[in-house]
Amino acid sequence: MLIELDNISKVYRMGTEEVKANDGISLSIAEGEFVAIVGKSGSGKSTLMNILGALDVPTSGKYLLGGEDVGKMKDDQLAGIRNRMVGFIFQQYNLLPKSTLIENVELPLLYAGLSARKRREAAMAVLEKVGLADKWRNFPNQLSGGQQQRASIARALAGSPSIILADEPTGALDSKTGTEVLAMLKALNEEGKTIIIITHDKQIALQAKRVVRIHDGKIDFDGDVNEYAAVM
Amino acid sequence: MLQSCKLAIKSIAANKMRSFLTMLGIIIGVASVIILVSLVNAYMSYVTQSFARMGANQMTVTLRNQPSRSVTEDEMYAFLEANADVFDYISPTVSVSGSVRYQTDTMDYTGVTGVSEDYLDIKDYTIEIGRNIQYSDIVGRQKVALIGYFTATELFGTPAAAIGQQLKLGDSYFTVEGVVAAQDEDNLEAGGTDDFVWIPYSTASKMSRNANMGSYIMAAKSPDEVAAAKSALEDFLEEELKSSSLYRITAMGEMLDQLNTMIAMLSAGLGGIAGISLLVAGVGVMNIMLVSVTERTREIGIRKALGAKRGVILQQFIIEAATTSMLGGLVGIVIGGAATSAVGALSDLPATPTPMAVAVSFAVSVCIGVFFGFAPANKAAKLNPIDALRSE
Repeated sequence: MLIELDNISKVYRMGTEEVKANDGISLSIAEGEFVAIVGKSGSGKSTLMNILGALDVPTSGKYLLGGEDVGKMKDDQLAGIRNRMVGFIFQQYNLLPKSTLIENVELPLLYAGLSARKRREAAMAVLEKVGLADKWRNFPNQLSGGQQQRASIARALAGSPSIILADEPTGALDSKTGTEVLAMLKALNEEGKTIIIITHDKQIALQAKRVVRIHDGKIDFDGDVNEYAAVM
Repeated sequence: MLQSCKLAIKSIAANKMRSFLTMLGIIIGVASVIILVSLVNAYMSYVTQSFARMGANQMTVTLRNQPSRSVTEDEMYAFLEANADVFDYISPTVSVSGSVRYQTDTMDYTGVTGVSEDYLDIKDYTIEIGRNIQYSDIVGRQKVALIGYFTATELFGTPAAAIGQQLKLGDSYFTVEGVVAAQDEDNLEAGGTDDFVWIPYSTASKMSRNANMGSYIMAAKSPDEVAAAKSALEDFLEEELKSSSLYRITAMGEMLDQLNTMIAMLSAGLGGIAGISLLVAGVGVMNIMLVSVTERTREIGIRKALGAKRGVILQQFIIEAATTSMLGGLVGIVIGGAATSAVGALSDLPATPTPMAVAVSFAVSVCIGVFFGFAPANKAAKLNPIDALRSE
């Protein structure tokens, strides 16, 4: 298994009150899967995404990512595993505004310690793949929203991570460009990439192959997309 | 590392006005350190040179002879002969009051001194024309005079014209036997280095009706032997006069040493005060870096999400701070150096930027960037990526 969550809980302290954002979540995701994690806002899906993406560690429970125990990792080790294993796609793209597209796409490779020449080659290759090779010298604000999101997909792909973790990837796009981005993610899945989409939008969840629904910090549905379509 | 430098320059260029204002503190600090230290050093070497011209191997002795205990001129000469290993020359000095006259011209500022034949050597002057005062002049209390270049040209037009002329000092007429070569050709002026009349001390002593010599100027063999010479002289005078209140020895070399120590302290003190402005500038750097970190929280979050380790972020911000203050330092060096050279060109001071001050202030400005950049950089490095990504 690529991802193994075993009885994960995450507790936040709000003043004197303790809030359980994740409460005993167990989940396994194999390589090559296309999973949508759905839930309303406040359901705990963002917390789950942070844990899956090694941005945060669980309060209790065990999380194995590619066989490595993420739960016990320190800051720098988490940074390392994020760099190697996870490609993030954010709702707001999160491209660095003062860097060109190619510099943005090169970032994960820079932190992986690749030489300048190798970075440039790999970054150009993924920009080519998302159809933005001709825009490599542009700054993010010179591009449309759809183009920016494609650039951020290129950045997520640059380091050839095991998982693509997309947080509301179509949230800031109109439905046409949103559909294009989803099509791109589907195509990547066809090529064998493991893709996890976090969304509140059931229609988008239906594009995945497997759906995991979070409610009040617990998984209340986990199954094939067709089963989900039946129960939703 | 290279990448961090590029990023730093990019970030500085992106906020030109802010970066410039931050640098301004460093620029002023570095420039003032260089200007102050260089000018003090220039003044120091100027003073040292003046003192050296006055003779670093000389010492003056003033005696307050008592009727019961006294040191005569013969005893002083005997002492010199006995200590010929450290002393070279001696000359009594008797100042004669009153102005110097030639026909209808009067020289009010010309100093008249009764001296021995050694005085020319003690002063390390040379004869322009004519002859020095001789031993026979002293023994015979001759009314002869050796005069300065300015005095000669002022009264007689040329040094050659002065020879054989009669100067009137008080009620007596003195024959000019020689003219001393100009010492300070650029500053020939009344009362200056080249405006004097020297006569045999015996003659001067007779004129002032004082048989006992009270002042001497002595020359040690070299500036290094001044201390030994001085202590030998002290022992001798203490033995003869039995009281240190009855004589005073002033060595130029010692005064020079004291002066140098004083000026070095002054230089360090002024440099230190200017250094405080560098410290203040450092606080400015820290302040701006903190603002920069806060503004770029989201950027830091993105970088961390993509795998930037703490050290990488720390390095990025420290290099940014160090680059800011280093650029400020470089500009400060240029300004400080230019200002110092300008002062050097416009005044008599031999002012050039001291390499030491330049090197130290540059190093300090870089260190300040690293030191004051550390806290903001560390704050950035420790940011939680989730919180950082959430910030707007």
